[in-house]
Amino acid sequence: MPRAARLHSSVSEELEVIAPSKLAIENVSKSFQSASGTVLALDRVSLDVAEGEFVCLVGASGCGKSTLLNIIAGLEKPDSGTLRADGKPVTGPGRERLVMFQEPALFPWLDVFGNILFGLKLKPNLTRSDRRDVAKYYLELVGLSRFEHANIHELSGGMKQRVSLARALAPNPRVLLMDEPFAALDALTREQLYGDIQEIWEARRKTIVFVTHNVREAACLGDRVLLFSPHPGRIHEEFPVKLPRPRDINSVDLAAYATRITKALKSLGQTAAG
Amino acid sequence: MKRFLLASAFFAVLLLLWEAAFRAKLWSPVLLPSPWQVASYLKNAAVDGTLAKATVITMRRLLIGYFIGLVVGLPLGLLTARWKLFGDTIGTMALGLQTLPSVCWVPLALLWFGQTEAAMLFVVVMGTLWSVVIATETGVRNVPPIYRRAALTMGSKRLHMWFKVILPAALPFIVSGMKQGWAFAWRSLMAAEIFVTILTGFGLGQLLHYGRELSAMDQVIAIMLVIVVIGLLADKIFFSPIERFLHHRWGTSQA
Repeated sequence: MPRAARLHSSVSEELEVIAPSKLAIENVSKSFQSASGTVLALDRVSLDVAEGEFVCLVGASGCGKSTLLNIIAGLEKPDSGTLRADGKPVTGPGRERLVMFQEPALFPWLDVFGNILFGLKLKPNLTRSDRRDVAKYYLELVGLSRFEHANIHELSGGMKQRVSLARALAPNPRVLLMDEPFAALDALTREQLYGDIQEIWEARRKTIVFVTHNVREAACLGDRVLLFSPHPGRIHEEFPVKLPRPRDINSVDLAAYATRITKALKSLGQTAAG
Repeated sequence: MKRFLLASAFFAVLLLLWEAAFRAKLWSPVLLPSPWQVASYLKNAAVDGTLAKATVITMRRLLIGYFIGLVVGLPLGLLTARWKLFGDTIGTMALGLQTLPSVCWVPLALLWFGQTEAAMLFVVVMGTLWSVVIATETGVRNVPPIYRRAALTMGSKRLHMWFKVILPAALPFIVSGMKQGWAFAWRSLMAAEIFVTILTGFGLGQLLHYGRELSAMDQVIAIMLVIVVIGLLADKIFFSPIERFLHHRWGTSQA
């Protein structure tokens, strides 16, 4: 990276590629109260995610995949079971595990740059100019340098999600949690982002847990695709995706994987209906 | 430019109609003075300093009262939004008292504080406070939970969360509450000044009152105009830029 050479030493330290986390989820259960009674969103789910692994969670809506993501993020507490990141129990939200949400969670009272700076300002031991350099680096990484001072409402949906990605990456988390981040985007923008996210994942080495209901998307991005079954939410089946990267969403090999996963997903729906 | 000309034409026509009504002697000149009489009162009052003195006194009461209303109202609004106990008590009280026209506070203020500046301030504060409390509470309650969640994951909590996330997110509501509070403060103060003669200074409301006592309609109308102009200026100088900024940032409307 040509930029890195010019950067201040504490900045290059901040931008260093750090070791991604290992996640260990054991017997996690979570239920909610709803109008029709208690819903078991997650039923004794166990899952190990290796350092730097890209794991996709797929399933019908209401199968608990987003709940699991929120639990990993520390935004929700499981009723039972344990969650460890690098061997340490997760007790609440923390900047080692940052979330990119489906809805644009960008702050409208800040401009693009202010949004990316938000998490950096909460990181101690960085000077003002360090933070600016780091923010600029990520803005460049997502290809939005020209929009540094744009207001959030002036951006397109795809640009908003790029800013969200830069904001989540800026504090250099070990884990990136993505909750259907591309669901609201048009197909063309989505395809661009599939390429970008794979590139960034390679460059920044993060452990990524990615929730989606789009099977093709999951097969395109994941090292592993976990299929969730609803009511109660469980991991039904696991599909390792052994394709070289970067992957093209339109490739035939990928379609074969997607077909297999879709089949499994459909048979799940039938048993649930029957 | 075209808008400015049209607006100027509108006010010119208004003045002409007024002058025409005066010349047609539709009402007695005692009841309806001509624009020139009003202008000449304004000129004299400006030259002998009456107007400036009264304006300063009124503005001082208004600004101090408004400021107290904001300083007390904002934290109260945050508390009512944050804790149920405050919402059930102070929130309900604010809702009730906001419906009370602030002139209703005048008798109580007089009995409690006598004919003093404190009585004036009390009425202004009561006029401002409740709408600020309610606007702040509404603003905070309307902050999308996703902002809190996003901020939480980035390590924001407690005071940082309040000052860097919840307050700015609630800003559009808070500003409209501040604007409403300002309008209410004006109304309360005028009511108080008209009803209460106090020896610590004659404000615009008192000039208005004496204009009535002396049947000096030129004075009454002139002071009303001054009050209108001050209100407009406050809006253009203080609130408009803030609202423009909010619209620009949030992308709410094209002004």
